Amino acid sequence: MQFKNIFKFNGGVHPNENKSLSTSLPIGSLPIPKKLVLPLRQHVGRVAKLKVKPGDQVLKGQIIAEADGNISASIHAPTSGKILKISEEILPHPSGLPDFCITIEPDFKDTWVEKKPISWKKLDRSKLIEALSQSGIVGLGGAVFPTHMKLKINQSQPINTLVINAAECEPFITCDDMLMRERADEIIQGALIAQTILDAKECVVGIENNKIEAYEALKKAAQKTTIEIKVVPTVYPSGDAKRLIYLLMGIEVPKEKRSVDLGIQVFNVATVAAIYRYLELGEPSISRVVTITGAVKAPQNYEVLFGTPLSELIVAAGGSSNKTKKFIMGGPMMGFDLPSIHVPVTKAMNCVIESSPELFPAPKPVMPCIRCARCADACPVNLQPQELYWFSKSSQLEKARDYNLFDCIECGCCTYVCPSKIPLVQFYRYAKSEIIAQDKSKEAANTARERNEFRLARIEREKKERAERNAQKALGANEKQADDEKKSTIAAAMERVKQTQQENIKN
Amino acid sequence: MDNRSPYIVDAPSVSVIMFKVLLALIPGIALYVYAFGLGVIINILLASLTVILTESAILAIRKLPIKVFILDGSGLVAAWLLALSIPSIAPWWIIVIGTLLCITFGKHVYGGLGYNLFNPAMLGYAILLISFPLVMSQWQIPGSLTENNIEWLDQIKIIMNSSLLSKETIDAMSSATPLDYIKTQLTLHQPLSVIQQNKIFSFLGGKGLELISLGYLAGGLYLLKEKIISWHLPVSFLASLFIIASIFYSIAPDTYASPLFHVMSGGSILCAFFIITDPVSGPTTPKGKIYFGIAIGLLVFIIRIFGGYPEGIAFAVLIMNIFVPLIDSLTQPRIFGHK
Repeated sequence: MQFKNIFKFNGGVHPNENKSLSTSLPIGSLPIPKKLVLPLRQHVGRVAKLKVKPGDQVLKGQIIAEADGNISASIHAPTSGKILKISEEILPHPSGLPDFCITIEPDFKDTWVEKKPISWKKLDRSKLIEALSQSGIVGLGGAVFPTHMKLKINQSQPINTLVINAAECEPFITCDDMLMRERADEIIQGALIAQTILDAKECVVGIENNKIEAYEALKKAAQKTTIEIKVVPTVYPSGDAKRLIYLLMGIEVPKEKRSVDLGIQVFNVATVAAIYRYLELGEPSISRVVTITGAVKAPQNYEVLFGTPLSELIVAAGGSSNKTKKFIMGGPMMGFDLPSIHVPVTKAMNCVIESSPELFPAPKPVMPCIRCARCADACPVNLQPQELYWFSKSSQLEKARDYNLFDCIECGCCTYVCPSKIPLVQFYRYAKSEIIAQDKSKEAANTARERNEFRLARIEREKKERAERNAQKALGANEKQADDEKKSTIAAAMERVKQTQQENIKN
Repeated sequence: MDNRSPYIVDAPSVSVIMFKVLLALIPGIALYVYAFGLGVIINILLASLTVILTESAILAIRKLPIKVFILDGSGLVAAWLLALSIPSIAPWWIIVIGTLLCITFGKHVYGGLGYNLFNPAMLGYAILLISFPLVMSQWQIPGSLTENNIEWLDQIKIIMNSSLLSKETIDAMSSATPLDYIKTQLTLHQPLSVIQQNKIFSFLGGKGLELISLGYLAGGLYLLKEKIISWHLPVSFLASLFIIASIFYSIAPDTYASPLFHVMSGGSILCAFFIITDPVSGPTTPKGKIYFGIAIGLLVFIIRIFGGYPEGIAFAVLIMNIFVPLIDSLTQPRIFGHK
């Protein structure tokens, strides 16, 4: 595998891949579990609207929660059964907070709703996008952005290139690798569909050179197409969309822009395979391939129904071999600790790693930064992590922002190479959240100030109006008084005249 | 829940980096012993002992873990560099005072490891040079390479108590460094070709000194290979020193020493690979490193030729240390996706 026309980005790291752990066996399947817990929010955007109530019977593939607006995705029943309850459950999310979920009790008949394949070659684009908005498909690389929205394109900026992300650069994760080995045809067909919908001139697949079998499979599947399979070096984070675009095309997408602004759209391999299955076979997004690996006894990839409790997957993988029972979702570079083994498998769950002290030793004591700048050499964004660390640590947040803190993609390369073992990324996450919170409170303060100024102005105005009114009234009163005085003077004068006249008469 | 990724790291610890720097000094030290005898070893031992005791005391006062910060090795690196910078027959209290001041005022008053503004070894050297100019300019005549062979016992005697030996003996054993000698002789209107006939000169630089420089060069290449230092600093510094020396040499070869002499004399090679590469007090950006190296090269040459001191490295480094924050902020690399 040779690199042709590859543009290497600065930095990056190459940790132990640990991928062969989970690639010796084909993608397995799990028995239908006793219950399925489906969070209403498994995607970026608005929470799906509930379409069922407890006690309802549902069929496999039936919509149980509907996309709410454009940036949202539907949830389908992964198997047939009864809606048991709608309640708050703990989710596989770094926050560890519970959210609303639909619990289904399967009837184990696995009866499909009527499948409606869509002849995508005949329908026009807008109809296809409308159809896909019901598919429940979101970005399966981990970003979980609703896919139909990524297929809608701006008239002013046509898409030139469709990039299929097959890099899978994080160590341990092999779900895309195995999918490519076993279902390369689905991926290539899905890529062709996406290319057609986007009306993209070209389609390039970017794959790291450590996945030889997957590469061969894709190459074979793409033989009669114009899709180009491009090999990129195995350097983390090559699977980051902006890094991959640079590797393949030499184009740097600025932070404030999206790749579509430059005529490039990126889809993950699993996402395009899901598009194919929805249009060609009529099967919505109800399952995905998940890697279960690390310290479990039998690491492997499984096709898992969404909502399956993680514990079932762990049992299938031979169970836990150590007592720590700590599981990481995602890869070791960007993943996070799962709050419990009872969380459901969701659309975002690409990999679960059982942690062990051997695989992931406890962090060593932190030493002071010696400014060796290894982090700067490793940063794929060319940031100066040692400066950002300094500013974050000393809460000089404006300085951190000036040094482009918000360009940081939190890939973890800096922490990976730090001799002083400083958890740099955690400092950046902290600084970012602080800045965002400050901006928000500043905004709130500004609004409050504006309101207060408005209120003061209103009070002032009312006061003035009242004063004017009073003055007017007072003026009126004065006139009356003056009138009265005049009248009384006249009256008094008349009286005097009268008296004088009477006196005169008497005299 | 706290997101503590990445879960994996792969980096040498600070201790490993510092001990590799010490290891890289070994070839230079070995050649030092070969050319000048054991004096330098005594200085290194005294410096090491002083730095460990001083740092332990300071760390205890500052209530910091003593073992962790002694074993990080950064104190030893500074102490060794200072020991290698002073004359090897200086009395024992020179290195002890120098190390004590260097580690206290060069490192711990700023907050210890990672916080010092100035290169600690060069700060110590500058204090010694200003305070004890006479002792600091009496260098040993290379022993095994000339007829003036000093027994190692005599060396210990000189270091431990200079009053044991007569002034004549010391004068017989010591001389100015080649750089210093050229400077004083030039003021006597001697042409350079005559000056360099003196026994302390050799093929490229000073007798023995050029050999030690080759040892440091070997150690420096090891540090480059181990990726402990980057090429930017040594290359830019040596190139700038070489180029400015070439310009003066080509104008007046009888007044200015050759560029190779400048590179191989004094502490140029030690400076290039071990002193200006101190990460804490140096710039961090690649461009900044290049500017820093160039500036130090020019300053070293200017101080050597026009300054009042025999060697300009310490002052050049200290002056440029002041500009590091400015250099760093002006040489930020272009961020991915930015113009």
